[in-house]
Amino acid sequence: MLKRTPYDVVVVGAGVVGAACAYYAARAGLKTAVVDRGPVAGGTTGAGEGNLLVSDKEPGPELDLALLSARLWRELAAEFGERVEYEPKGGLVVATEAAGLDPLHGFAAAQRAAGVEAVPVAADELRTLEPHLAHGLPGGYLYPQDAQVQPALAAAHLLRASGADRHLGEAVTGLLRGPGGAVTGVATARGAIAAPAVVNAAGTWGGELAALAGAHLPVLPRRGFVLVTEPLPRIVRHKVYAADYVADVASGSADLQSSAVVEGTPAGPVLIGASRERVGFDRTLDPRVLHRLAAQAAALFPVLRTVQVQRSYRGFRPYLPDHLPAIGRDARVPGLYHACGHEGAGIGLAPATGLLIGRQLTGADPGFDLAPFRPERFERFEGAEGES
Amino acid sequence: MDPFDLVGAEPGPARTVLFDGRPVPALPGQTLAAALWADGVLAWRTTRGGGRPRGAFCGIGQCFDCLATVNGRPNQRLCLLPAEHGDTVTTQEGHGHADLEV
Repeated sequence: MLKRTPYDVVVVGAGVVGAACAYYAARAGLKTAVVDRGPVAGGTTGAGEGNLLVSDKEPGPELDLALLSARLWRELAAEFGERVEYEPKGGLVVATEAAGLDPLHGFAAAQRAAGVEAVPVAADELRTLEPHLAHGLPGGYLYPQDAQVQPALAAAHLLRASGADRHLGEAVTGLLRGPGGAVTGVATARGAIAAPAVVNAAGTWGGELAALAGAHLPVLPRRGFVLVTEPLPRIVRHKVYAADYVADVASGSADLQSSAVVEGTPAGPVLIGASRERVGFDRTLDPRVLHRLAAQAAALFPVLRTVQVQRSYRGFRPYLPDHLPAIGRDARVPGLYHACGHEGAGIGLAPATGLLIGRQLTGADPGFDLAPFRPERFERFEGAEGES
Repeated sequence: MDPFDLVGAEPGPARTVLFDGRPVPALPGQTLAAALWADGVLAWRTTRGGGRPRGAFCGIGQCFDCLATVNGRPNQRLCLLPAEHGDTVTTQEGHGHADLEV
């Protein structure tokens, strides 16, 4: 089999997480290759809205990761700035009924204790922040740390800045194994790429890659649709969403959930999400979901009734059963690292994930507790399920 | 060669649409984009960023390049709209929704 230049690390996946892994690995001095069966941002990255959120996360390991990532995105924005359409626009979470205010206050208080900036917004201040919001909404919270990028541009610029060799359109068909079963590279349709470390940044397909190493990682697809309006001037200033969204994100149900998530883009179109359902990799357009998204968005922003939807797109979030990504060295398989399963938060969490993987790869202290993200944590989970 | 001869077309009498106030003939069944093309007009919108001219590109409703303001409504796809007598087409600058800006 053809042996190519030996690398220090091969990253599988050219989405934003793989690109961030390559970027921080290269910054740590590692010779890096990125391989993907498709193009840059060809999977979930290209089907996202580019939200960098702390607002939707309860205190815990994911919020800590998001806060670290928000700082890293600000650093990256200084380097990439307008090229990735970074907008520190802030998030506005809106209660849709009076009964929703108390839970929102409680959620925000806990977040503030964990380092999140959350500013209460009274009912009569909402339309000062967002003049097109519906009348009569009871109140909300402003989260100044929330931001947005164009996700495909973000992945592409991180990857380019990494200087990593790119093997695009080249599917990984197997993993090279050395003494003791250690992973020593990847086999692809075109040959072999040797490296003492392989990073699984295959997103929603990360479970399949793990399986090539005989490692169990139950990544499941969680489908979401996004509506794209005609180009508009800035009619929505922040990332605005209904408070119900937080419950939808945290839900483990396979059934359809949807709540209004609305944001403008520098290009003009307004993006409208967000739906969640577990239906495998079914790409069928579902008009019911599109109707719900449109109706919920128009309830928040009545002005949207007067504009046209140009198109919709859909993608598959990489869902792990405890809603936490798998990040770090796989204790079961020497040489294998995971950076996948970020569900709908991959754009936001990518830089922190890449930084921590880079530190592990170089033997540095991650400076961050990776225990909650251990890739092998589902071994027992699955066993328990099997017994029930 | 006249394309009408090629296909043996015998279209009914033309109706008139207004493009930026100027009368333009449109045959029955023609889209507004086709009528403008037949009249030698290739651009009826300027881009939001650079102010560059745009007209029909795909011609089948997919690319959203051929947008213009029709009868007062911005962002209409001229390649999909049948030309009706008296339609007014206005060159659209940018998104055409300046009134909504906040």
